[in-house]
Amino acid sequence: MRPGFKKVSRKMGEHKIKNYIKNFRIKDHSLGMAFIVLFVIATIVGWPNFLKVRNLTNILRQISYTGIIGLGMTFVIISGGIDLSVGSMAAFVGGVSIFFLNLFGPDSTLALVLTFLFALVFGSLLGALNGVMVAKFKMAPFIVTLGTMSIFRSLIQYFSNAGTILSVNMGFGTLGSSMFLGLPIPVWFFIIIGVSLHVILNHTSFGRYLCATGANEQVARYSAIKVSLVKFVPYVITGFTVGVTAIMWSSRLNCINPSDCAGYEMDAIAAAVIGGTLMSGGKGSIIGTMMGAVMLGIINNMLVMGGISAFLQQAVRGFVIIVAVLLQYNSDSNK
Amino acid sequence: MTNRSPILELEGIVKEFSTVRVLDQVNVSIYPGEIMGLVGENGAGKSTLIKIICGIYEETSGTIRLEGKEVRIPDYITAKSLGIGLVPQEFNLINYLTVYENIFLGNERKKGVFLDKHKMREESKAQLESLKMPIDVHRTVSDLSVAEKQMVEIAKAMVLDARILIFDEPTTALTSVEVQHLFALMRKLKEKGVTMIFVSHKLGEVMTICDRVTILRDGHLVSVDEIKDLDTTIIARKMVGRDFSQVFPDKIDSTGKPPLLEVEGLTCPNLLRDVSFTLRKGEILGFAGLVGAGRTETMETLMGLRKMSSGTIRFDGKPIKISNPREAVEHGLAYISEDRQGKGIVMDYDIPKNITLISLKDKYVKRGLIDKHREERSGREYVKGFNIVAASHKAPLRFFSGGNQQKVYLARWIDTKPRVLILDEPTRGIDVNAKREIYEFIHSLAEEGISCIVISSEMEEVIGMCDRVYVMREGRIAGHLEKEHITEENIVFNATGIQKGIKKDGRA
Repeated sequence: MRPGFKKVSRKMGEHKIKNYIKNFRIKDHSLGMAFIVLFVIATIVGWPNFLKVRNLTNILRQISYTGIIGLGMTFVIISGGIDLSVGSMAAFVGGVSIFFLNLFGPDSTLALVLTFLFALVFGSLLGALNGVMVAKFKMAPFIVTLGTMSIFRSLIQYFSNAGTILSVNMGFGTLGSSMFLGLPIPVWFFIIIGVSLHVILNHTSFGRYLCATGANEQVARYSAIKVSLVKFVPYVITGFTVGVTAIMWSSRLNCINPSDCAGYEMDAIAAAVIGGTLMSGGKGSIIGTMMGAVMLGIINNMLVMGGISAFLQQAVRGFVIIVAVLLQYNSDSNK
Repeated sequence: MTNRSPILELEGIVKEFSTVRVLDQVNVSIYPGEIMGLVGENGAGKSTLIKIICGIYEETSGTIRLEGKEVRIPDYITAKSLGIGLVPQEFNLINYLTVYENIFLGNERKKGVFLDKHKMREESKAQLESLKMPIDVHRTVSDLSVAEKQMVEIAKAMVLDARILIFDEPTTALTSVEVQHLFALMRKLKEKGVTMIFVSHKLGEVMTICDRVTILRDGHLVSVDEIKDLDTTIIARKMVGRDFSQVFPDKIDSTGKPPLLEVEGLTCPNLLRDVSFTLRKGEILGFAGLVGAGRTETMETLMGLRKMSSGTIRFDGKPIKISNPREAVEHGLAYISEDRQGKGIVMDYDIPKNITLISLKDKYVKRGLIDKHREERSGREYVKGFNIVAASHKAPLRFFSGGNQQKVYLARWIDTKPRVLILDEPTRGIDVNAKREIYEFIHSLAEEGISCIVISSEMEEVIGMCDRVYVMREGRIAGHLEKEHITEENIVFNATGIQKGIKKDGRA
């Protein structure tokens, strides 16, 4: 039996490409296939408007807000957790950041830089708050973030007196609505953060530890991995991504409504799940999440162009999530 | 026995998993009321065969006859209704439910739409009593010991009036006393006319309890023999297909070797009391004792996995402090857990990723990024050096046999260049051949100067490998044995506190 195995493995080295083509199964690339199919359908349904550059950049802009958060969320889900507080956190961080910005008066450019940094730090801190409760006090992530979700929302409503928080800074609005090299600024953040987290997930020891911890915490602990640190960091990263989104969103509107960003957690989780991240943890893909986010955007765009009621769009999204999880479940049980 | 007609006949059973033939033309007849042993190395096809009998797998070709009638067993539910029960290796009990709820799980007695709890309790009680199992039916399963859980599994199979009961490696997690209880129970079931299939790696037990033995090798039936025509050497030879006279390598003399690790007064609330021992350079030190005596807990405390309330650890003469596993690794300590799948390997990781999990940061990261080529090269080297049988290095470890998983797990710790290697039940659930490889491997490590601690509940392992042995009982060191004093009697005496050889018929 043994020599046979060896022969097989040698062969694989020699004919790597041949074997790749031979072993290429649509099932292994189902996400890419689904993406292409969806794109083709959208092209046909939305002909000719869908393929217009303006429409495509618009889709990217729309998905970038929740997409950015979805990137952090992917890390949290891989670690075996979940973060429901991101939507409220985005509104909270956005609101407080505008308060901070307004301290500097109407014309300060320095204030824009400082506010952006402030939002990143503040978001990371709020994320750290979730992380401490999950990693240090070993509380269930669902409960912790359900609690903070309510707390953040309530706080921003209190601080704003349930009214709109307006920015007085003249330059603030340009941050979120400008373009750079043909793409909106938030889309650039989506891409840069995505690529960075992809590298961290697949090419650093932290990424390796993250997957190991999510797959089996005990194994990780017995392998001298600092499990509580590995479980803590994803929440901070998510907080950071929330900070980015909070600035992008609030500067786009030049204000924050205390009810803004509600339901962002759903889209962020959906993007991750559609992208193939296992809800039980241990396995996930940042590229998948990015594709998942864009697919959600295409579906929305298609529904709008098809003249389908906005009220039905959430139903379609819910349906897509369930199908994605169902496919995940099936390919898992086939093992 | 042979003049009766068989209760279960397997004829020409073939099983293929995507063109790989794992069972080839297996013919076995089992007679009512006998205990049939089923042995073979890992990968020989034992589990596949019992899974076919239980309907978990379906045979590719061949026929199964039950009392002369041909049957198809497409799923486990059908198997149950035909009177075939399985006592699985990993228990399928729900921890939060009580004993009687578990016994009737999926088979609840009802009064109208409501559960008839009273009836279930009474029937469970009667069932347990008839099997002489002293378990209160109201207890929750999470409070039961491993042996008691197994009894519940047996009772669960028996309430369905199982006529054929399959035990899949039932003694793996049991102490020798509990094994005796299990055997007494099996004899009782035999009196009742229950036919049993006993799958085990432990040949001594097979010799004790079985009437006949079926031996498989590489998916083929080697032989079906009466127990009187066999002994453990013959079985081992038939399993492996060749002779191997000595399982254990020569012992390493530890006399005069300098101490490397000195542990003094290690105490851990409710678990360990004043544990002191010395590990010498390049020796193989044994830790014996009953399950739950504190051996695993001692090592886990040493590795920083548990907090100690008092005690000192000296390494190379210098006192050291270990408060987390990372520090233990930095001091050159390595610990192979007894729970390979629960605490050892990452099932979804391939070989290189599993091997580098601990040494990743120190050896494979360049400018913050993992050097994947180096990782793979290292993986290939270990596959060669450890004789790991793998179809592909890229396959997740869940597809590997127990022995190969264990080798990968070992390789991970060897990659940290340890000075002290602690092996907790290193050969649990792996076949004879892989066992011998692991013994030889531990031996060669010790010769290279790495100090090894071997925890084992299999006494012949400790007796065969170690030059010194500490015996633990109830969280304390109960005895220290050296050289010719390492005998089964001495170990049992120290482990239980009872001066009685379990195998000496005269005194027992």
